[in-house]
Order: sequence, then structure tokens, then C-alpha cells
Amino acid sequence: MTTTDTRTAPAADRAKSGGVTGALSNYIDERTSISVAVKEFGRKIFPDHWSFMLGEVALYSFVVILLSGSFLTFFFQASMAEVEYSGSYVPLKGLEMSAAMASALDISFDIRGGLLMRQVHHWAALLFIASIGLHMLRIYFTGAFRKPRELNWVIGFVLFILAMAEGFTGYSLPDDLLSGNGLRIIDGMVKGIPVVGTWISYLLFGGEFPGTQIIGRLYTLHILLLPAIIVALIALHLVFVVVHKHTQYPGPGKTNENVIGYPVLPVYAAKAGGFFFIVFGVIAFMAAFFTINPIWNYGPYDPSPVSAGTQPDWYIGFADGALRLVPPHLEFVLWDHTFSWNIILPIAVLGLFIVTVMVYPFIEAWVTGDKREHHLLDRPRNAATRTAIGAAGVSFYAVLWAAASSDIIATHFKLAMEHVIHVLQFLLIVGPFIAFYVTKRICLALQKKDREIALHGYESGRIVRLPGGEFIEVHQQLDEYERWKLVSYNDYQPLMIRPGVDGKISSLQRVRASVSRWFFEDRIEPVSQTELDHSHGHGHAAVAGSPDQYQSVESGSGSAGGAPHAH
Amino acid sequence: MPTARNADARRIRRAASAKGRTARVKRGRRSPLATVALLAIGLMFTGGAYALFSASPSDNGAVAASQENVERGQKLFAANCATCHGLALEGTEAGPTLLGVGAASVDFQVGTGRMPLMNQSPQAPVKPVQFTEEDTQALADYVASLAPGPAIPSAEYLQADGDATHGAELFRINCAMCHNVAGAGGALTEGKYAPELHEVTPQHIYEAMLTGPQNMPVFNDANITPEDKRDIITSLVYMRENPSPGGFELGSLGPVAEGLFAWVFGIGALVALAVWLTARSN
Repeated sequence: MTTTDTRTAPAADRAKSGGVTGALSNYIDERTSISVAVKEFGRKIFPDHWSFMLGEVALYSFVVILLSGSFLTFFFQASMAEVEYSGSYVPLKGLEMSAAMASALDISFDIRGGLLMRQVHHWAALLFIASIGLHMLRIYFTGAFRKPRELNWVIGFVLFILAMAEGFTGYSLPDDLLSGNGLRIIDGMVKGIPVVGTWISYLLFGGEFPGTQIIGRLYTLHILLLPAIIVALIALHLVFVVVHKHTQYPGPGKTNENVIGYPVLPVYAAKAGGFFFIVFGVIAFMAAFFTINPIWNYGPYDPSPVSAGTQPDWYIGFADGALRLVPPHLEFVLWDHTFSWNIILPIAVLGLFIVTVMVYPFIEAWVTGDKREHHLLDRPRNAATRTAIGAAGVSFYAVLWAAASSDIIATHFKLAMEHVIHVLQFLLIVGPFIAFYVTKRICLALQKKDREIALHGYESGRIVRLPGGEFIEVHQQLDEYERWKLVSYNDYQPLMIRPGVDGKISSLQRVRASVSRWFFEDRIEPVSQTELDHSHGHGHAAVAGSPDQYQSVESGSGSAGGAPHAH
Repeated sequence: MPTARNADARRIRRAASAKGRTARVKRGRRSPLATVALLAIGLMFTGGAYALFSASPSDNGAVAASQENVERGQKLFAANCATCHGLALEGTEAGPTLLGVGAASVDFQVGTGRMPLMNQSPQAPVKPVQFTEEDTQALADYVASLAPGPAIPSAEYLQADGDATHGAELFRINCAMCHNVAGAGGALTEGKYAPELHEVTPQHIYEAMLTGPQNMPVFNDANITPEDKRDIITSLVYMRENPSPGGFELGSLGPVAEGLFAWVFGIGALVALAVWLTARSN
């Protein structure tokens, strides 16, 4: 704000009032007109909620990854040339290994701060993808992907996939035994693709696995191509956040047309800047005290040994789990080609799963037929079917994830590995259905409770005897702010099948209607004004609440685009 | 140490062991009486041999395999082991024969608390040791006195002073697929498992390689030479004595432990901090 003031003030005053800072900012502004941007962006309002900071965690851990990664590139040799290790780690001294492994060991043992940087880089990578995952769950369960944010959901989803690709390429770079085994599994999966698999594998590895090419190629992907795309997409993602305005949770005064919160300057600039250092601090703490990826234990890659407890990093775990859970003996030979369904099946199922996640906003928009913009978030309970689908997806993913550590589950809980696998196979199929049903029922029950509270208030536990001898329990009524949260949400009803212009009902229409029925058949309608009036009208121990108050609730809801009482 | 005498003792034991092996091979085709007769002969030969060259049968020179010690071992065996392994070590349905398992096997199984077995489960777990060192030695002497088998290893291979690089490489190739590269252990089929190696003494590691207890294969001296075994022990001891340069090891379990830690501690802390940062305005 001061920026705009100084622009119009005479030069002499400005020099006196602003001092060096003022003169400097004026110098810059006269040449760049940056004050326009500062004015616009500095007054941008963002709402305050912890779950809105998960994306920030992802962004800041990515910055930490960039910083630590740049350090590592100064010392890492992305080469598979054979060298004899002569660094200071005794149990590997004199061993033949690739230059990549040797330089990764040198970073760990012989370059000052190198091991800390390696561990910062790796821990930050784990947190980066974990926070993206949590951020996506927040977006999903609050319905923040609805119009106009569908495209930003897709961008975020692509970022999630790219982050996993970054993780996997980076995990493979040190050319140690563990990551080499991971690459071998990827090679096996690629070779399992019918007809073209072997060709792709040879193309990827520059010959028979492992060859002498792959580390250099992964390095180019890891430090050049993937980060460039990620940075560009993050920029686009954030531009969209600014363009769309941030969503907010329903609450008093919060409508589809406004954003209640604090401006970027000075509050969020300081808060977000401070949070960056907090994230950096947590990562640095983890890196300083906890070993990650001890490649000196794993030793250089050699195709013959495979260690017990070989797992990918957590974010690839679901794919590893799928390979562990697929039943054996599914391959057959056709026209001289082996079709390994125990590889094709997991690839297909996982592909279907992630594509469904990506296009979910469009599916839901099609089912609801809702073309309105939504800037107010849903409380998860108020979108029961969506929340239940999410819970089913989470349990599906969680079972695959757990399956990747089936051997560690077996040893640490003293179970037989076969039992663990069979239980997980069962849960993979049945778990999502149970999760769906239970979650939906919980959501509907919570909605019923909300409805009850909105209509009748809380039970106060105070029993009053009326002059006529009647006993009643006094209910503590909500104030209008609290009630607003409970009654203002979108209520969808199953779509009606209507004939098209040609007077026919297309099969697509029928599908849409039946999916819509499945979505919205079981629902709790929001409390209507009539019900509210009626509830409080018959004097059933209405302690708080005069007709005036309900009036103000209605006017509040009228300003919301959701129009909760329209039905 | 009188190495010449040791060498003599070893040579004779090796010869005796060869004889024992042929006896066992033929046993299947003979009547049970022949087994007893052979046993008696075997007992006489090996017992005699041990009595003659009993200066340090176990090479670590703790207790001599005196006749007295063998007798004590016999009593302990009859009281604690014979229910399953049979009074003449012939084995029963509950336990295998111990003829020819050698002192190394007894020392490993009893010395790590695996034997006496707690119950019939997929695998005998390590548990608090039930016998004193002297009693374990007596049991080992007794079992070794009935039939030849691998002896308790010589102390020269247990000093962890070999080539750690070579040992670590051998460990990765031969051991890591079950025991994990960092010796953290791993799962096998049907509830069996390869135990973690962080607490195991060099002597027990050597004996395990030599005798192949439970589900472990035997790595005999032709497969992995005593020097190689020493190198493997060296690398394991190095790993044990030099804590991870990166900080706490999270059980050396690899990415599963790391992922769990990142989610529970890392994300947990960051979410807690985010809640704290936004607490006042809400």
C-alpha cells in the first residue's frame, strides 16, 4: 500500500519519508511497474486452514530437493565405467564397481557434508511425494476438484506421477544392489508387455540388462527433463490457484463469491516464508539423525545377489505389492509368444486405477450434471458417495502398499508369509467394498446427526418440570453461525431420464441415470427453512432462537451460490 | 598354541569323519542290530580317538573332552534331550538323530538357546540360554563322542581380522538373500525365517555356516573355506561395531522402515506444525 502512496507523492517528500528503501523501490518501480503486480498479488486473500498447507509442504520439499540435488550433481558421476573403489569405507575397499556407485560412496564418506546432502535429498523426496499424496486426498475429500478446478486436478495428478518418476530414476542412480534389483523388476515388467516388451527393454537399456547405458540415461531424465517439466507444471498449478482463487471451508460469512482470510502481504508472505524454513528444518533434522538408503551396506550392483527385504521406496510400493499379490501360473504361450498375465494383469489394473483417479472430476461432473462453479468446499460427510468411493480407493491402495512389505510383516508379526499374502489378496478385493459401505453409512449417520442438531439443538441434560406437571429436556439451540455450517450444502438428486430431441432415450442416458441413482439414492436432505421454522415453531423447549434469527440465516444462505434451501 | 598337535587332531578327525559317513550311508540296508554294532564301533573309535588326542578337542581349549565330561554330558543329554532325540541319539518322531551332527551343531543349538526346543513350531527361535557354558560343552563332547562331526571352530577364524571387503561380497552373494544385506533377517516360507545377525557371536556364525541349522544350507569348508568364513565374520563384526555413518538405522530394514518413518514422523511433524501455525485464526 505504501508503494502506491509514494508513487504520487512529490520526490522530496518521498526521499524524506521512505529513505533508502523508498528511493530504491521507486527506482525499480519506475523501470518495471512492479507495483502493479505487488498491489494485485499482495492483496490476494488466502484462507487459513492447516489442510491448505499440505500443498505448501510439497512445494517447499521440492525446493529443498532442488537445492540438495544441485549440490549432489557437483560430485556425482553418472557413468557405469568400471572402477576400483579406493575411498575410505573399509568393507568396500578394492572392490570393482561402477563410477556412479564409487562417486555416490565418495559423496557419502569423502566429501564434506555430502552424506548429509544425500540424506536431505532422499528424505525430502519421500516427504515430497507423501505430501503430494496427502494434498490430493484433501482436494478429493473436500470436493475441491469441482468446476472450475478440474484441469488443475489433472495437472496436480500429472505432477504426482512425475514426482514418482523422479523418485524412481533418482533411486536407481547410485547403481547399488538395492536399486539395481528395482531396475531388474522394471526390466521384467517391460519385457512382460506382449510383442513389444523385449524391444522396449533393449531400447531402454541399450542392449541386454543391465548394460552400460542406463545410469547415464536415467541421470538425464532425473536432473534435466523431469525437473524442467515439474517446475513448469508447478508454475502452472500455482497460476491456476491464483486465477481460481483459493477454496474455503463453509462457515459464517463464507460464500461462493468471497474468500475470507488474510492477504499475501504481509501475513502470508511471512507465514509461508517461515513455513518453508520449518519444512527445511524438519527435513534437515531427519537427515542429520536418521540413515536413509545406506548404499554402503547394499554394495555395488551385481545381477546375481538379491537381498531379503528388497523393496522400492514407499511410493512405488503399491506397484511392487500388485506384483506380489497377483496369483501365480497365469502365463500361457500363444503363437510363440509368452503372455505373462501375472505381469500384464497388475500393469492393467494399476493403469486403470490411476487413470480413474485422474479423470474422476469429469466422471463426477457428468454424473451430477452440475455446471456451477464451486468455491466452497464440501464437508466430506455431505458428499457421502464420493467420500465412500475415496475410502474404497484408499483401502485398495493401502492393501497394495502393505503387500509390498509382506515379508517384513511376516517376520515382525511372526506370521507365515503365505498367510499374509492370502489375507491381503482377500482384502484387496473385499476391502474396498467394506470401506465403501462403512464409510457411506458413517457419512449418512453424521449427516443425520447434523440434521438433528440443526433442528433440535444439543441435549443440555437439564430436565425441567413445567407447571402442568410435564417433564421436558431443555435443548441448547445452536447460534446462527453454527447452524449455517450444518444446513448449507448442496443437495443432489438422482437425474431423471429424459428423452432427447428425437424423442428417444439413449443408452448413455440410461447409464448416466443409473450411476446418478447409485450416487444419490441414499441421501439426507439439508434442513429446509420450513423445517427449521416448524421445529422451533411448536415451542418444543426452544430456549434460544427467535424468528428473527432464522431470517438472518436465510439471508446468509441466499448469498451463497449453493442455494441450500432451493429444493 | 601347539599348532602341530592341532593339525594332527584335525587330520585324525577328518579321517574318522569319512569313516562315519560310509557307516551312515550303509545303515539303511542293514538290520537295526547292525546299527547298534556300528554305533558301538563308532563310539569306540571316535571315543578312543578323542581320548587319545583330547588335549583340546574343541580347539578353544575351554574344557577338555575328558571321559568325565562326556559322562556328565551323557547324563545331561538323557535328562534334557533324549525325549526327542532318543537315548542313543538315534532320533524319534519328535526330533532328528544327532549322530554325526558334531560338537559345532550342539554348541550352536544349545548355546543360542534354540535347544531345548520350547514347542513344535515352524522354527526354533533364539531364547534365553538354558545351560551353562560347561554344560553346553559337556553336551557337545558327549554328542561328538558318539559319532564324528564338525567340531567347534578354531579361535583363529573367529577374531574378525580378515578381509572385510571380500567377506561382505561373499555375504551379499551367499547370505543376503535370506539374512538381508545388513544382516537384519528376512522371511522364508510357511512361517520360517532367517534370523537377524546383529547379536550373533562369531563362533555361532561360524558354526551355523558349518552345520546349517534349521532351514539354513550347509556351507562346508569346500564351499566356503575357513578363511572365507573368517572374512564373512569380519564384515559382520565391522557392520556391528561401526554404527551407520548416516545416523539411526531404523532397524536396517530398508525402504519399508524409511517410508514408515517419513510418513509417521516426517509428515506427522509437518502436519502438526501446520495445525499449530493456523491454530490461532481458527
